[in-house]
Parts: sequence; structure tokens; C-alpha cells
Amino acid sequence: MFWYVLRRVLLAAPLLLGITFISFLVIHLAPGDPVDFHTGDLSPDSSAQAKQMLRKQYGLDKPLPVQYWNWLTRLVRLDFGRSFAPDGRPVLQKIAERLPITLLLNVVEMAIILALAVPIGVFSATRQYSRFDKATTVFVFMGFATPDFWFALLLILLFAVQLGWLPASGLRDINWEYLSFWKRHGDFLSHLILPITVATFGGLAGFSRYMRQSMLEVVRQDYIQSARAKGLAERAVIGKHALRNAMLPIVTILGLSLPGLIGGSVIVESIFAIPGMGQLMVQSVFQRDYPVIMGNLVIVSTLTLVANLLADVAYGLVDPRIRLGGRRRQ
Amino acid sequence: MIVLRAAVLVVLAVAAAACTSEVGSGTGDDGAARKTARPVYGDTLIEALLGDIQGLIPNITSDSASHTIGDLIYSGLVKRDGSLRLVGDLAESWTVSRDCRNMTFQLKKNVKWHDGRPFTADDVVFTYQAMVNPKTPTAYKEDFKAVESIEAVDAHTVRVRYARPYAKALQSWSTNMLPRHLLESYVAEGRLREAPQNRESPVGTGPYRFKEWRTGEKVVLTANRDYYETGPYLSRLVYRIIPSQATIFLELKAKAIDSSSTLTALQYKRQTDYPGFRRAYQKFRYPSSAYTYFGFNLKDPRFADKRVRQAFAHAISKQELIEGVRLGLGREATGPYKPGTWVYNPNVKRYPHDLERARQLLAEAGWREKNGDGLLVKDGKPFTFTLMTNQGNDERKKIAELIQASLRELGVGVDIRILEWASFIKEYVKKRRFEAIVLGWGIGLDPDQYEIWHSSKTGPDDLNHISYANPEVDEMLERGRSSCFEDERKKYYDRLQEILAEDQPVVFLYFPDALPVVATRVYGVVETPNGIGFNFTEWFVPRSLQRYTAG
Repeated sequence: MFWYVLRRVLLAAPLLLGITFISFLVIHLAPGDPVDFHTGDLSPDSSAQAKQMLRKQYGLDKPLPVQYWNWLTRLVRLDFGRSFAPDGRPVLQKIAERLPITLLLNVVEMAIILALAVPIGVFSATRQYSRFDKATTVFVFMGFATPDFWFALLLILLFAVQLGWLPASGLRDINWEYLSFWKRHGDFLSHLILPITVATFGGLAGFSRYMRQSMLEVVRQDYIQSARAKGLAERAVIGKHALRNAMLPIVTILGLSLPGLIGGSVIVESIFAIPGMGQLMVQSVFQRDYPVIMGNLVIVSTLTLVANLLADVAYGLVDPRIRLGGRRRQ
Repeated sequence: MIVLRAAVLVVLAVAAAACTSEVGSGTGDDGAARKTARPVYGDTLIEALLGDIQGLIPNITSDSASHTIGDLIYSGLVKRDGSLRLVGDLAESWTVSRDCRNMTFQLKKNVKWHDGRPFTADDVVFTYQAMVNPKTPTAYKEDFKAVESIEAVDAHTVRVRYARPYAKALQSWSTNMLPRHLLESYVAEGRLREAPQNRESPVGTGPYRFKEWRTGEKVVLTANRDYYETGPYLSRLVYRIIPSQATIFLELKAKAIDSSSTLTALQYKRQTDYPGFRRAYQKFRYPSSAYTYFGFNLKDPRFADKRVRQAFAHAISKQELIEGVRLGLGREATGPYKPGTWVYNPNVKRYPHDLERARQLLAEAGWREKNGDGLLVKDGKPFTFTLMTNQGNDERKKIAELIQASLRELGVGVDIRILEWASFIKEYVKKRRFEAIVLGWGIGLDPDQYEIWHSSKTGPDDLNHISYANPEVDEMLERGRSSCFEDERKKYYDRLQEILAEDQPVVFLYFPDALPVVATRVYGVVETPNGIGFNFTEWFVPRSLQRYTAG
């Protein structure tokens, strides 16, 4: 087991290197110039000379391989560099500032999705083709098919404009600083309700369908048959024997959604004016802010590799049919 | 700071300062009470910004949000009043020598920086040095290159000498002044961007002090009680960052935002036209300082022929375009200057919608025969071209479609191609890899447009994208920028407009209207040739109508 993990970690290093190299190449090949966004693209006041100077300051005048090497040598010292945006702040600081809200939203969203999707999946599977099954199928697919931005705007129109129950956008009230401790938290929560609703509604379909499918397969297995045959109550058969086995694929998918937790939804964040990772990433792409794009990319790809490894290890631990790295006896 | 705003900002429908005030505001019947009410202090104004600010030292940023905030924290020596005249701001008065080369400013006394230190002539000299320092990453160096020498004669007198007469000299001193005592070392080391004043503690002389900036969320300012002029009356300003135009509109409908200038023509004209909205907001409308054009690559032999361009101008009905694309909320452009401003010349050649005349002009240019597809043919080649514009601007897309339909009637085939902004500019416009484009120009308050029309400005980073070259235009541009007297400059710019109208290097389409709305409870908002924002420090909310007590 130890050797297996070590080998995987060692293999991950060149993989990460390859990922960063290709990404670096691709984003630099994309047309557009970070300098343009400083001097205002087509602003007649900005001289060609000023642009040249900025390019030099950022090291953009050097050949691409040199630029990559410089970036890489800084990275191994965990220096992600400074943003090309006029604020010129360290990349890590910019990411750290936006990460908490995105994480919070995604974790809550994921928890709600799981809390809803597992029972929905189980019920749909055990009562296959029942009215409940059909109704939930229609419902989750509606969520899947509804465009986020449209649903979000409808919710704002109803709950913020017409009824006035919830704030339309943002994270905090204008007078947040002057509220009492409890009111602050209440206010913050009320701002989260709509965005979380939109994100959850859209993500429900996938998990509940996986759960249903996985459950359907498990209940056809022989051991379920024998559990029933030995006279166990249906609750115990489904809840104890079937559910645990049916959860296996769900755990895998969960592991793989780990890197997704730090990437925000651009649409939800823009419409609800939430300053999260999604907005940061899109802005950096539009502004060709290479250090921020690359910084974000390194973090996401590292997380993906870690998640893959974790999923494999977890499989080995959970599923007795899989043995990792051990000497196999033929 | 007055800049020719980048076209990308026009894309975002950000309206800059603007002109002519023929359309009344929505103040309604309580107009009399509004005029006589006495200003009082208090209340909070909540506004929306489409994008986050990039920093708190506007001299080194180029986005409109940073300048909106920066212009409240800092001030310059001069500013524009409601009628667009340059008046003193930090300067009490100034004199200009007869040859336009010497300028002496008398500064206001008793002006204090937000940290309590006195503002002096030394700070003006420092700001100049910061702007021209090669290590300062600013887009606004050009204005100061013509300065030959600058000196602080005494604490409140600054003398500037120019190497040659420079028309924008006075206007350039509207640049925000920076404090020497805080920023000198950062400028010297070329680290101005990293200074704490750019991030969390800006110190200016303007009407508002900085309170808070939550990245991507909001910027909060509070009134500077030591401001050297009257006001500001509004105690606190909250700028919320909302990247979605649709959300801003809904926030307005929910009355959670007091002022916005991001409404689309459709929202302004139809979707806000109900009693509740009219009661809650005053609507304003005036032409913005930006126009949209249909431009050609003049290196293309087909477009190099003036008659072809004139034919296209005749084929496009500008009125129909404004009606269809802007619901009528725009003014026809006859040249690159805004109607109603001092430099605008109404007596230029116009191109009424006239397909017959257009066909005739094309025939004169050799486009007579048509092929089986109904397309004009010359030397065996049909007249077709690709019209490009940028993604994310619905108006430009519609314009392209209307042009396509209009030219089709003449027998000219148009393919439309819509490209992402950065690739469009970098790969096609700057490299001159286009046949025709729909784009916009933001125009400054000074009429100098040397960078856009002069034949020397055709390099890859230059702005004469269409490769226009006309010796007489060059001459007018050169003369116009080297005089500092309005009446003399007007002669050159009048002629410039005549030539541009005759030449049609681009078909000038329209100036869209700026469409701001401000909460009804705010008094003192007036519409002028300079828009509504110029007297912001005089806006106030009568005590009985005040909504927020905090701050």
C-alpha cells in the first residue's frame, strides 16, 4: 500500500509538469495581450512606448520557454507571482480572498444535493416506475434542463422584487456593519438562499440518477435475494445490505468532484454578484492575466490528481475485490 | 481625469460625460420644491458598478470603475463644469501666455490631504514627475510629454513651460493630484502599484474619503468634511459591484439601488415605464461621448474608392438604425464630434437614405453588372466582403445585420463574423486583417483626434486601424492640437469635419444616449451638456426623505 501511494505520487510530478507546460503554452497562444487591458485597449492616450515598457516589466518580451522556466522556478518555491491586473497583488492572496465563499457555497450545495439525491434515488429504485419515480424523474430533469441564469432571474423577480422577502444579490446588507451579531448571520444566510437553490436544483439530476441506477443494480444481486430469503425486513435489506453497496459509485463521483469544489459557477456568481472563484477565473481569462490563470490551474490540477489517488485508495479499502500494489498471488 | 475611453467600455455600455440637454428629467410636478429646497447633510447613496475597481490610484488604472471612485477621492487642478468649460478645482486661477507655452497656476490655500497634511505646489510637481517617470505604469503619459519644465515658485504657485504649444495642456491638469509625502519612494522604485495607497489607504484631496473596499463586493466612501468647496452633502456612498446588467435592473426594480447608468435602451424605454418606477426614479437622457461606426480597411482597393464608401453611406438609413437598434435613443452622427458641443460642425455633407444615388455612385466606381446571384461584379469578381464585430454587444450585432440587409439591396454581399473581443482586436483589427468592421470610439472632451485619423498613426499599436491617409486632414489635426485658443482651433476642426464627411473613411452611424436614473429622493441633480455627474457634491436628500442613517 505504502509503495503504491509513493509510486503514484512520484508519477504525479511529471504529469503535473506536463499539464502546466501545455496550459502555459495554450494560454499564451490565445490571442490578446495582457498589456492592452492596462492601457485600455484602444485608448488613444496610451502610447506604444508605454505598452512596451509594461511588457518588459512583466517579462512578456522574453521568449516563451524562458517565460515558462521563470514561472516554474518561482513555482517550486511556492511563489505564484503577482497578478498582471493593475492591482498587482500576489496571486495567492487574490485566490485566498475568493476561495472561502466559493467553498462554502459548494460544500453546502453538495451536502444538500446528497441529502436529497440519495433518498430520491433509493425511493425511485425500490419503487421503480411508480408515480413517485416518474414524478421525481420529471422534476430532476427539469432542474437539469433549466438554464441557470433564467431560473435565477425568475427567483429574484419573485422573491426579491415582487414579494420582497429575500435580497436580490450580493452577500451582505448595505448596513451589515451596524447589525447585531445574530442579525448579521441571518442577513448573510438570507443572501445565500437563492444562489444555493439555483445551484442545487441544477445539480440534483446527476446524483439522484446515479443513485437510482446503482441501487437498481444492487437489488438484483443474489445476496439481496438471500437477505430477503432469510426473512429480513425490507427496511433492513435496503438500508443495511443494499444501500452500502449502492453507495460505492457515489463515493467515487464525490471524490472526483473535489476539485470542482473550488471552482465557482460563473453564471450563479455573476447574477447574484458573489465575488467567488468563478468570477476571478473568468476575469483573468478575459484580461489574459496569466499568473492568476496559471495559479488557479496548478491548484485545480493538483487537487484533481490528489482526488484521483484518494478515490483509488478508498476503493481498495472499501471494495474487497480490489487490491492495490500488493504482490498478487497467482 | 478625462480620457478618450477605450472602446471596450463602450461595449459595456458605460456612458461617459455627455452633452446637450433637450430632454427633460422625470422630476415631474414637484420641480418647484426641488429648486427651493435647502441642501442638508446625510443619507447614503447606493450605486452599482458592472466591474470591480482595479486599484485606488486612478492615475495607473484605465477602467471606468476605478475612475468613478478615484475622481471622488482625488481632485485635479482644473475640472469641467456643467457647460463643459474648464474651471478651477485645486487651482484658484491660472494664466496662459500668448504663445500658449507658459502656464502659471495659483493654487487654493488651505487645501488638506485626507491625512491632514497641507496640499502644496510641491505635490503638483511630484504628480508630474510620477506621471513621466518611465517606471510608472500609466496610460496617461502622453499628456505630459510636451512639458519642458515645471517649478514650484512658492507653496501655492506652479509654473509650467511647454516645449511647443499643446492644445490639451490645460485639460491635462485635471489629472488627479498625488501626495508626495506618501508616494515618493514608491514612484522612485517603480512600485506605485504595490503602494498601500493603491489598495487600502488612498489619500487624496477630493470630496470623499475612502472607507472600505471588499474585493468583488463593494467600495464604500464617506464624506470629507474638510473638503475645500461646498458639500459634499451625501454622507456615504456605497458602490456595489454587480457584474450582471440584468441583476442591476432587478435591484433597481426592488429599489435596492439608488442610481445606475447601465440600463439598456429596452429597459429604459419599455421595462421601466410603469408608475412605481417613475415615482422612485428620475430618468435622464443625453447623448453620450461615444459613437458607433461602420469602418473599412482602406488598403482594400474596393474600399479605397471614395464613391463606394459614399454609396454605402447613402444605402444605410441612420434613422432606421437608431430606431431599430436603440429604440430611438440615440442621435445621428455626421462626424466624430457630438452634436451640440462647441466643436461640432453641422454644415457638412450629409448622406440621406437614397438607394438610387447609391447605385449611381457604385456604377461610377465600375460596379455595373450583376451576376446570377444578383451580386455586383467587376473584373469577374463579385462584390462580397466580411463584416466583423465583437461578441457580447447585441447592438453591434444588430447593426451588422441591418447593414447586411441594406447592402444586399445594392447587390453587395455581406458575411457577418462575430469574434471574442481580445482576439478581434489583437488578431484582426490591429493586424489590419479585416475588410470591414462595426466598432465604436469614445471621444474625449478635447477635440484632438490626432491618434485616430493622422496618417502617421498606422503602426500595430496605433489607432488609425483603417489606414486612413489624407494630407489635408493631417494638416488640420496638427494645427488643431498646436493652438490653445478655441476660436482658432474651431476653424481647423470645422474643416476636418467637412473633409471627413466628404471622404467617409468610416460611415459615422450614431451617438447612443446615456440613460442614467437616480432615486427621486435625491435633489440637486441637473442635466447639462456635461451630463449629470459634474455637481455630484451638491446632490442631497431632504431630511424627511433620508433613508439611511448609518455613516
